[in-house]
Amino acid sequence: MANMSLVKNKMPEQDPNVRNKNFNEVALGYTAEQAVDEAQRCLHCKKKPCVQGCPVNIKIPEFIAKVAEGDFEGAYQVINEDSSLPAVCGRVCPQESQCEKYCVRGVKGEPVAIGRLERFVADYHNANCSEAPAKPEQNGHKVAIVGAGPAGLTCAGDLAKMGYAVTIYEALHLAGGVLVYGIPEFRLPKAIVQKEVDTLKELGVKVETNMVVGRSISVDELMEEEGFEAVFIGSGAGLPSFMKIPGENLKAVYSANEFLTRVNLMKAYKDGSDTPVMHAKRVAVVGGGNVAMDAARSAKRLGAEEVYIVYRRSEAELPARAEEVEHAKEEGIIFKLLTAPTEIIGNDEGFVAGMNCIQMELGEPDASGRRRPVKIDGSDFKLDVDCVIMAIGTSPNPLIRNTTKGLETNRHGCIVTNGDDGLTSREGVYAGGDAVTGAATVILAMGAGKSAAAAIDQYIKGKK
Amino acid sequence: MYKILRKAELNPTVTLMDIEAPHVARKAEPGQFIILRVDENGERIPLTIADYDREKGVVTIIYQIVGATTAKLNHKEAGDYIQDFVGPLGTPSHLEGLKKVAVVGGGVGCAIAYPVAKKLHSMGCEVHTIVGFRSKDIVILEDEFKAVSDKMIMMTDDGTYGVKGLVTQGLEELILAGEKYDEVIAIGPVIMMKFVCQVTKKYDIKTVISMNPIMIDGTGMCGGCRLTVGGETKFACVDGPEFDGHQVDFAEAMSRGAMYKPFEKERYDETCNLFKKEVQ
Repeated sequence: MANMSLVKNKMPEQDPNVRNKNFNEVALGYTAEQAVDEAQRCLHCKKKPCVQGCPVNIKIPEFIAKVAEGDFEGAYQVINEDSSLPAVCGRVCPQESQCEKYCVRGVKGEPVAIGRLERFVADYHNANCSEAPAKPEQNGHKVAIVGAGPAGLTCAGDLAKMGYAVTIYEALHLAGGVLVYGIPEFRLPKAIVQKEVDTLKELGVKVETNMVVGRSISVDELMEEEGFEAVFIGSGAGLPSFMKIPGENLKAVYSANEFLTRVNLMKAYKDGSDTPVMHAKRVAVVGGGNVAMDAARSAKRLGAEEVYIVYRRSEAELPARAEEVEHAKEEGIIFKLLTAPTEIIGNDEGFVAGMNCIQMELGEPDASGRRRPVKIDGSDFKLDVDCVIMAIGTSPNPLIRNTTKGLETNRHGCIVTNGDDGLTSREGVYAGGDAVTGAATVILAMGAGKSAAAAIDQYIKGKK
Repeated sequence: MYKILRKAELNPTVTLMDIEAPHVARKAEPGQFIILRVDENGERIPLTIADYDREKGVVTIIYQIVGATTAKLNHKEAGDYIQDFVGPLGTPSHLEGLKKVAVVGGGVGCAIAYPVAKKLHSMGCEVHTIVGFRSKDIVILEDEFKAVSDKMIMMTDDGTYGVKGLVTQGLEELILAGEKYDEVIAIGPVIMMKFVCQVTKKYDIKTVISMNPIMIDGTGMCGGCRLTVGGETKFACVDGPEFDGHQVDFAEAMSRGAMYKPFEKERYDETCNLFKKEVQ
């Protein structure tokens, strides 16, 4: 019997005024009853537009049918055929612009809560099934993956399932990429990422941490000396941009990458951590993307009284997900829109003592189609802050392109690939995720990892 | 996990460790560094590679006990393990084509200056070393320097050993005596490198220094280690750590280096108390 409610089942959440003081997960997840009830909203339509909206094409109606029957483990097995990281994706995918965007129930009312159901199923599996997955039969071929972020983990998972001996090389001391250093604990608990990595290891994937490809070992050495037949580069876009305004090297000016790495990867918010981080009173976060929201909400949780999002366009142009903006507002983050920093001011000791800003108005659309912000003369004002976090974007790290001969990159430093399969200018070398596109989303990186895995499989089989 | 193969106290606050790390040893070059993490809750700290043995897969580090992490590290013994050890990081020293060089080392910075002097010597370059310490009881690597130097000057601030005075005096005397250097390489506390640069600027001698800003990842993803060099922002972990000393904004670098002073002090005291309790 279909559930004809026009709205999604709400997911329980921590109260905004409680959660903005802790790093525990904000969204608490469906109960079994809520999940079954929500699953019954799916109409099992013939065309399944939701599946096309998913970058890794999970068999959505099929898994939802299992949830509706109460067969949660069965539902997990359906998802697992197409996705290696369901507990992560159910949490961080922008479903409103992917699977749920195309859901027929969304035409009149809200779409089926596909993301919340995926999350429920993955959490159920992780909590109740301790059985290790069966190790696939080995096909005798070796593939190396550079970077243990979403692209690399997905590519590794798919190749391992096909029987390849896969080794991931990761520069940091933990696998996960942006899932461990970037996205905060309160959106994505690190235990969940660890669990997904452990599952990959059970499939036979080797993870070599503390290996900086380009320094500890090169792509050429992986192929010529270590005997890997193909390499997938999923090294991301981790190089932070700064604005090049005066005062940017004052103490307490952070890149969002540094601030979030200290907080998330190094757990600087915990008493027992040896890694320090500024516990500032008034913080300005410059930028309007998801990273800016994560940095602002983290700063609030570290005890800041006032946290500002400083963004040069208006609310309509904020690149962050609507849900993240909403959560930030509920937690007391103050939005300074149509505002651009011009200079960071320091005190006698070289710490941040304020930030000069100018108001903007929106002019004609620019090349990107968005209305260009234009300065309003004489609108300068000083924002009273003691910490500034720059969240204005990142680009690919030059280390790999500088140490791999014959690897073509474009003027933004992104690796050039041949269409969908991720083949680079080097035979046997594939790439995907932010290393190719520049900073984008977790799920697009996963989609790229998945396509590359299929292409690598074809390439290696074709060589025989 | 990375095994400590050997531990030797060089002086009361400076210790040498040989770490089993074949991947780092295989690629290490003078001027490069590693990042280590002592244990699960540990922070990531950068230490310069003092020596390496490619065949044995061993990397030597030398550190001074200055805070919580180095105190914790110093509580480890040969046979123990440290959690993480990653590298080699940074750009290797550019030593090609140098015929005559003065290497200036200050305090624990001598541990970093030594592999550079050693490499220059092995390349057939004429190496003069000027090494400085506060006093006789903290002198390190004296024999090692002697073995790779055509001329070596030992200096102490208090005159308890070698020549009394600062390394800048030793260097300037050599220059005034007519020694012509292609380059001066200075490694030590930022303040020492700053004063060496003031001397060499007078005589227009190119000077390379090794900067030691605060770092986290050491791979270029955060910019925590940024410095202003010749008016431009550089990341010491990828663009350096060596830079043209006449281009570096020393005041900014010293200010940034002191960012977490109160936290570091607190953490150091906590750690020392913890170790005291263990002893009791």
